[in-house]
Amino acid sequence: MIHTFIGNAGHFFIILSFVTSILAAWNYFQAGKQENELKKEGWLKLGRWTFYVHTFAVLAVIYCLFHIIYNHYFEYHYAWSHSSRNLPGHYMISCFWEGQEGSFLLWIFWQALLGIILIVTNKKWEASVMVVFALVQAFLVSMILGVVIPGLNLKIGSSPFILLRDAMDAPIFQMNPEYVPEDGTGLNPLLQNYWMVIHPPTLFLGFAMTLVPFAYCIAGLWMGWYKEWVRPALPWMSAGALVLGVGILMGAYWAYETLNFGGYWNWDPVENAVYVPWLIMVAGLHVMIAFKKNNTALKASVILVITSFILILYSTFLTRSGILGESSVHSFTDLGLSGQLLLYLLFFLALSIAVAVRAWKHIPDTEQETSAYSREFWIFIGATTLCLMGFQVLFATSIPVYNAIVEAFGGVSNVAPPTDPVEYYTKFQLWFAVGIALLSGTGQFFWWKKMDKEKLRASIIPPIVISLLISTVALLVSGVKEPLYIVLMVATIYAVVANFTILFGLKKQSFKLAGGSVAHIGVAMILLGILFSSGYSKVISLNNSGLLFSREFSEEMNRENILLWLNEPERMQQYELVYKGQFQEVEGVPGYVDKNLFKTTPDQYKVVARGDYYFKGKKQFSKGDTLKVYPENTYYQVEYTDEAGKKFNLFPRAQVNPSMGFIASPDIRREFGRDLYTHVSVVPDPEDKLEWSDPEEVKVPIGGQFFINDYVAYLDGVQQVQEVDGMALAPSDIAVKAQIRIMAKDAEYTVEPVYVIRTEDKSAGTVPAVVNNLAAKIGFLAVDPKEGIFTFSVSKTQKDYIILKAMEKPLINVLWSGTFMLVIGFGIAIRRRYTEFQKMRDKQVE
Amino acid sequence: MKKSHIFGIVVIAIAILIIVSTAGDASSYVTFKDAYSMSVNGKDNSIHVVGSLKKSISGEIVGVQPTADKLAFSFLMVDQNGHEQQVYYNEPMPPDFLRSEQVVVIGSYKGETFIADKILMKCPSKYQEEEVK
Repeated sequence: MIHTFIGNAGHFFIILSFVTSILAAWNYFQAGKQENELKKEGWLKLGRWTFYVHTFAVLAVIYCLFHIIYNHYFEYHYAWSHSSRNLPGHYMISCFWEGQEGSFLLWIFWQALLGIILIVTNKKWEASVMVVFALVQAFLVSMILGVVIPGLNLKIGSSPFILLRDAMDAPIFQMNPEYVPEDGTGLNPLLQNYWMVIHPPTLFLGFAMTLVPFAYCIAGLWMGWYKEWVRPALPWMSAGALVLGVGILMGAYWAYETLNFGGYWNWDPVENAVYVPWLIMVAGLHVMIAFKKNNTALKASVILVITSFILILYSTFLTRSGILGESSVHSFTDLGLSGQLLLYLLFFLALSIAVAVRAWKHIPDTEQETSAYSREFWIFIGATTLCLMGFQVLFATSIPVYNAIVEAFGGVSNVAPPTDPVEYYTKFQLWFAVGIALLSGTGQFFWWKKMDKEKLRASIIPPIVISLLISTVALLVSGVKEPLYIVLMVATIYAVVANFTILFGLKKQSFKLAGGSVAHIGVAMILLGILFSSGYSKVISLNNSGLLFSREFSEEMNRENILLWLNEPERMQQYELVYKGQFQEVEGVPGYVDKNLFKTTPDQYKVVARGDYYFKGKKQFSKGDTLKVYPENTYYQVEYTDEAGKKFNLFPRAQVNPSMGFIASPDIRREFGRDLYTHVSVVPDPEDKLEWSDPEEVKVPIGGQFFINDYVAYLDGVQQVQEVDGMALAPSDIAVKAQIRIMAKDAEYTVEPVYVIRTEDKSAGTVPAVVNNLAAKIGFLAVDPKEGIFTFSVSKTQKDYIILKAMEKPLINVLWSGTFMLVIGFGIAIRRRYTEFQKMRDKQVE
Repeated sequence: MKKSHIFGIVVIAIAILIIVSTAGDASSYVTFKDAYSMSVNGKDNSIHVVGSLKKSISGEIVGVQPTADKLAFSFLMVDQNGHEQQVYYNEPMPPDFLRSEQVVVIGSYKGETFIADKILMKCPSKYQEEEVK
């Protein structure tokens, strides 16, 4: 049955939310314009209520879509293409925003929520701020509107409530329009990760939060409150920078844990597209703080706040219009929204330019030259560095856009992005990072005290001396040799020391003021962590077999993978590695379970246990139990033994991904000073059937010795059995089981091939035993009672193997702990700024 | 000259430096023929070549040779002009390689052979949207 009601309801609420957002914008616009207090109040009330209805409609849309996904209504395209029946419950949430429409919806949701918060917390600002808010909301909702304008044949937006039969022309729908697929195509297994449950909401909250300072800024310029907008915008600017920053770092952490490029940041266009607005936002934040203390930098604040919001729109355009091509891991499918997205971008660009130009000559400015000893001067340099940092990334990331523009005018352009993005970006970003580190250390001294030459010398010399001392020790210990890296290291150590000095100085005053220095320490730690974990990331799985690919190649083409055969130890640096086999995850069972312990069934999600399984002494399942497994992922157990003889296991994962093919994910051993990062590069194709060699016959008496795949084996005994696994025995059948012991290198295996005689139809057969770990199959062929000799067949196959890559990432924990410091610092600062705004508002000033 | 002027000049200078350096580092999409003539002329910067794997008349992929230890491989690639070229890649063969519809190799010529530093593949999705079962 097709559930049309819920989809129609959802679509209705989308249209309702679109209409109400436009109405709210109009009502608030009238309220903002109105001089008459009474009439103003009336429009305001109307605006407020239309926005409430809008928010309600948005929530209703979300409910409808979630209802469709949660109840597996696969007649809907969205549920069919993003979910499936076997998906664990908590990932249903991820399905919601896997598609473009859902992620727009998430964004709309956050903005509606923020709108409500602004309505509640503001008095004087409500009307003007909400005009901008409602207008942005209208544009966003239009992306999921899914309405075709008759006559023009113009489609606006792509609705998530499209039925499968309308979304595609499959012949089955002509035969049976009521057809509902049994199951969906599922959520991309790469996204079945807890980070993917929290990373997108965080990122989109960050996106939504850039709107708040932008709305205050535009409102201020419109209403003529050229200076006043900064105070209410400031806590939001901090909070936005924090949330967006954390969102980006979460994405980085997900990439580090899940993808196999060996790091957390790949300078992928999609990563860059959020990194740039974040940098500009942070720059804007600093300039705004400077303005709070002094009248300069107001114009710069206006420009940076507007730019950061426009850049968010630009990044949305880049990632969702399909202009970047398929080179990125985040690729959204192109929904044909590029025109609409471009319109969205250009509309707000034009609007903000128009508003800013009109207000420009009214914005107060200081003619006076800023002194090099003033804090404004230093903040301004810092902000400029951040902007240039963003500019470099933006300029190269936009290369596909230049091609598109040239082609739009009929030209031919075949410029490709730099072939080695890491090298290209690092070349500049590293120097900018040095600048940031030095400025964040020094700037703080100017911030808290009025400086002159003498005072500066007095306060700056101790931290310089201390950091030089620490750096010397660090240099000796770490063995950093590249001059560039030494510069960055010294600069970041200086930033940490200088900010700690400030922090201790401030403690005497108030802890509430400590936000800045704590956040700056965080940034310096992040930089230091990046320097070591990326700059000194070392491949340790070097191929030392001496086999060369071609003599023409130079030494540098040293291969960075090693081949591990099942159960055959191999040396890698200080470790001895043994590949121990393939494992799987079982629902409700901790750890990974050896695949040899399962019998597969026609349903790939179900297996039957061949034996009991214990985890930490506790029985988890017994022989014969039917279990639910996650067939997409296979874990390859690799046992490491270090020089001290200490053993540990890593389980790098490989995934057969329906939309992306084969994907390997690393397993990371976290140590205090470094991470050991291991992933498989190649595994035998799971779709290839095992090919067995021609069986070789051996005849042995009981107690006799023979060879199986070069291992010594003994026939311990033969006995009659009443039951045979996987076979129904008739009462007249006779089954005999042989017990064979194989002495392999690492363990002793017992195999029990069976010989069955069917007296009824006078035939005999064998149920062979397979030892995956030895790549051997043993059949029981004949019994010769006269001589007491038994005949077995032995066939071999290729041994299982993996090709492995391992890397060492030093000091990566400094990066993650720096992130926490940054969050704490921001938290302290946001609290302080928000209290300020509250005080002013309650004094009826704002 | 005011400080702000000097500051402005420095900013503009850095911006120009970024633009010039990006223009220098930007790669381009070319054919094997162009890539070869570039390398003969002494320009050994790395470039993108778009093409597909060589297939026999019956549709089988030919010319893929892994090394004995499987840690590297070479293959025959046909660019968009139909030019055929042997490409070496110093990493194990990516598992989906033989299924790829389109291959982009990033690298440069060393003598007569093209050495790829990176391979980007476009694979057909196993679940094509048209296949509703």
